[in-house]
Amino acid sequence: MQVPVRCIVRGTVSAPAIVLDEPVSFWGGFDSHSGCIIDQQHPQCGLSLTGAVVFMRSGRGSSSASSVLAEAVRLGTAPAAFVLQETDEILTLGSLVAEEVYGTVTPIVIAGDLADIEPGQTVTIDGDTLTL
Amino acid sequence: MTVQLTDEERGLIDGARGPGVAMAMRLVQRLGEAMGATELRPISGAHIDSCLYHGQSGLDFVNALVDGGAEVVVPTTLNVSSLDLLHPELFLGDEETRTSATELMDAYVALGCEATWTCAPYQRQVRPTLGDDVAWAESNAIVFANSVLGARTHRYGDFIDIAAAVTGRVPNAGLHLTENRYASLVVDVRQLSAELLATSAVFPMIGLLVGRAAGNDIPAVVGLPPTTTEDDLKALGAAGASSGSLAMFHAVGLTPEAPTLEAASGGHVPQRTISVSAADIRAARDELSQTTSTTLTSVNLGTPHYSVSEIGKLHRAMTGKTVHESVAFYVSTGREVLAEAGLRGWVAPLEAAGVTFVTDTCTYITPIVRDTTGVAMSDSAKWAYYAPGNIGVESVFASLGECVESAVAGRIIRDDRLWA
Repeated sequence: MQVPVRCIVRGTVSAPAIVLDEPVSFWGGFDSHSGCIIDQQHPQCGLSLTGAVVFMRSGRGSSSASSVLAEAVRLGTAPAAFVLQETDEILTLGSLVAEEVYGTVTPIVIAGDLADIEPGQTVTIDGDTLTL
Repeated sequence: MTVQLTDEERGLIDGARGPGVAMAMRLVQRLGEAMGATELRPISGAHIDSCLYHGQSGLDFVNALVDGGAEVVVPTTLNVSSLDLLHPELFLGDEETRTSATELMDAYVALGCEATWTCAPYQRQVRPTLGDDVAWAESNAIVFANSVLGARTHRYGDFIDIAAAVTGRVPNAGLHLTENRYASLVVDVRQLSAELLATSAVFPMIGLLVGRAAGNDIPAVVGLPPTTTEDDLKALGAAGASSGSLAMFHAVGLTPEAPTLEAASGGHVPQRTISVSAADIRAARDELSQTTSTTLTSVNLGTPHYSVSEIGKLHRAMTGKTVHESVAFYVSTGREVLAEAGLRGWVAPLEAAGVTFVTDTCTYITPIVRDTTGVAMSDSAKWAYYAPGNIGVESVFASLGECVESAVAGRIIRDDRLWA
């Protein structure tokens, strides 16, 4: 199944999906060394996001989240891509800077409500197209 | 959406000012596309938050700018860093962090930024004014610039702040556009008594409630008294940017874009109104005072950085008093403000009374507080909100008077008459 998406950071990736019940704040809520959610209040605390296509409603929290995402890309612990429902400038900047400095693209796309996505199913993002 | 570039901007992408500026220009353009902008807009100043050390990636990025020959093209101030350069002995972190943080700070100065190291650049003599487009980072500075100065900045953060400063451009979007600056929510504080509204400590509590209620709305606060000071509005905005993502508010009758509620809301008075009661204010205070212990180990003032007038207030409150030997008493401020307070004769007596001044950084973001057991008190809602997570203290929000009385007594003293 192909779904049209709005491409924010262009790239191509194919990886398993992780669906977050709530947005995670990358600053304070995610550990760039382990790649895991560390926010004790988050229902999926402890889950590794490394290498996954992360489905998340929106970004959250401090603008320093840009730095944390760029740091995770440098350390190889970052998600493979993000699928959001609304534009998030902070994650976008983290992704753009990591692309500029480390040459690693972490695509970000905006999609409508993807409630029926199965955790673990392979998702392919290619520019403006998302394939399940 | 495509951002149309002028010939000059296109030239920057093509390397007219070197690879550093070209990289910065690509970031500004691509962020603009994400924001739905169709063109860029020139700015007259910038304030940089990227100088706070978060890891190697921040250094790699700024070194790419420095090595690529970039320099700022607008007057640019620097936010707090991880270190106090004037009082280096106060930093209790590891040497590796000290070395990397120093390298990061040096790199931003090398790009032509002024070594201001303050989160309150609006307390400087020269500051943006009504209608100026700027690129400011640091949440409390953003909300002050938009609300109190009437300057225009979007909610900028790491990386894009310096990219804007070296290109002199931001996306023509967000809070730079008049139609996005109108109030869409009314916060009515007219139920609060004149006595309560004459207390500085009420403003951060109003801010907490405003930040939580606002979501993506821009609130107009109705009923603040004409005696409200810039320090009060600073505390309100900083608290709102902690409990929520407040980037702008109007204070009707006080802030430059809000001579009336109608003007603040572009002629369409918002339908959504919330009223703030004294009980709401008490509940907000109680939320930031969750402790059963009365053992006080530190008092932490100056988040955002204390102004000259706030140091003067502290000087008056401390006259004839001495901080108890079991309490560490910190005041975070900018180096320019500290120099001015010194000229007024306030710094030496306060230091003699047991006050430690911290410049260039802040006690809630870097290891300075020497005893993090027991309870830490602050007159800042922002400090009380973030310090438990950042530096592992138990925090209590209190008025300046309560902080001083407690520091002198060596135990927590509350004055509940204030909050009746």
